[in-house]
Amino acid sequence: MPVWLNGAFELGLLYSLMALGVYITFRILDFPDLTVDASFTTGAGVAAVLITNGTSPWLACLAAFGAGAAAGAITGLLHTKGKINGLLSGILMMIALYSVNMRIMGKPNIGLMGTDISTVFSGVKVLVLMPIVVVIIKLLLDLFFKTDLGLSLRATGDNERMIRSFGTNTDTTKILGIALSNGLVALSGSFVAQQSGFADISMGVGMIVIGLASVIIGEALFGAKSVFRATLAVVLGSIVYRIIIGLAYQSEFLEVSDLKLITAVIVIIALVFPSLQKSWKQKRLARKRTASLLSSMEQRGGGR
Amino acid sequence: MLEISKVSKLFNPGTLDEKTALVGVNLAMKPGDFITVIGSNGAGKSTLMNIISGVMKPDTGEVRIEGKNISHLPEFSRSKWIGRVFQDPMAGTAPRMSIEENLAMAYTRGQKRGFSLSINRARRSIFREQLSRLGIGLENRLSAKVGLLSGGERQALSLLMATFTKPQILLLDEHTAALDPARAELITTLTETLVREMNLTTLMVTHNMEQAIRLGNRLIMMDKGKIILEVNEDRKQDLTVQRLLGEFEQISGKKMADDRVVLG
Repeated sequence: MPVWLNGAFELGLLYSLMALGVYITFRILDFPDLTVDASFTTGAGVAAVLITNGTSPWLACLAAFGAGAAAGAITGLLHTKGKINGLLSGILMMIALYSVNMRIMGKPNIGLMGTDISTVFSGVKVLVLMPIVVVIIKLLLDLFFKTDLGLSLRATGDNERMIRSFGTNTDTTKILGIALSNGLVALSGSFVAQQSGFADISMGVGMIVIGLASVIIGEALFGAKSVFRATLAVVLGSIVYRIIIGLAYQSEFLEVSDLKLITAVIVIIALVFPSLQKSWKQKRLARKRTASLLSSMEQRGGGR
Repeated sequence: MLEISKVSKLFNPGTLDEKTALVGVNLAMKPGDFITVIGSNGAGKSTLMNIISGVMKPDTGEVRIEGKNISHLPEFSRSKWIGRVFQDPMAGTAPRMSIEENLAMAYTRGQKRGFSLSINRARRSIFREQLSRLGIGLENRLSAKVGLLSGGERQALSLLMATFTKPQILLLDEHTAALDPARAELITTLTETLVREMNLTTLMVTHNMEQAIRLGNRLIMMDKGKIILEVNEDRKQDLTVQRLLGEFEQISGKKMADDRVVLG
């Protein structure tokens, strides 16, 4: 396996937890949450600070999840109790978190290299550990979305009015869902920091678009008929996304700084193409049906 | 069972569009009562439903269920007692979830929802048995997505979901209005059967005069936010559409003005 492909698998798995988080808000709750761009850094920062202070790396991951979940819960509160537009509450939280992240980290960049620092990847390969972590989390999510609470969370995004009439406080389920989502995003950030050897204040920029790209590519290629299929598709989508980016880098004429543009273009194509395809199909069908109706009318008319 | 006393509701207070939706409405329902509600556009029928279910809060007055004042409880807390079917067949079910998942959510109505699995063998057999009462074969399609069902099938499912946990009060908000005549008839018959078998206390808004007369033991007519006519059990039996329209003209001094009124 060429080095870049190996790297694509590694990155795809590391970032797939973030993509699963985006899937929860974007697809299940139908809530475009921009907090992700900052909560990713929160996770990385919290883990980096704890690890450099000698905390066990797994405990640091757990703390990162908690910090991300707390940030998500605040976004949820702003949106539900403060009645602020969903996009805006995410943006506000993203801006506010930048300062918070700076406070947590104390400096814009924390290194995690060096022999005295132990991370979850000390002595174990990324491609050995990450598949296990990702599969466990994916299966736990699948299970959660089959519980009574999980169903009410899914219904909140599917038909809010209906589930309220069956006694669910949809404010609570939204806050819970956004918290869970950002917890996963922060967890992903903590793994990325440990794998790359640093946490950086700007490492989360553009994360939401990468997450969306993974979700959309995954659904397009692998389908999303059930929650089990959808979460699988998101994980695979995250890997495919990294392969596409890797391929783009292989070409002579693209530069590393083009990454964000490429990502945005992938998302735009993935969003525009299905709706175009649908309207083409419908037009073609309508034309066909009209033609056959007209011809049958002519035949009948001729008989009279 | 359900008691509404002196309930008033004003929309857009203090603006040019100010509108009195309900004015001092009183209504008492005994257990097992089935009241049909008719009235012209803007009579306040839907507002009454929304105030009972908690979608809106009354400006003045009280709503009580079994003697308990629930006027200030939000909609989701009231759902413990109240089952509801909406006019829009799409409104009562979650389309991207399966039939059994929808039923599981209805099954846990008003309970705290935790981490227990939503579908198990015991629940599934209850769902299958309940679905078979609809007589439209949904019991064989438990894992089908609800979005794939027709409007009539979805409304039948909504009706079952609203009733099979025996809520204290069942609210039906023109729940056959958006269906074609054959499907509307199916839902009407189902409503009759389910309400009778479970002896549900029911309030049904309809614009179909014939349906309003055929179903239920009591009938009320609303106009301009007030209840202008109450027909009780003894008199309801020999009610006709003609007589009802006559009564309306006599009381309100105008003709029944609702484009959608179906005389039957």
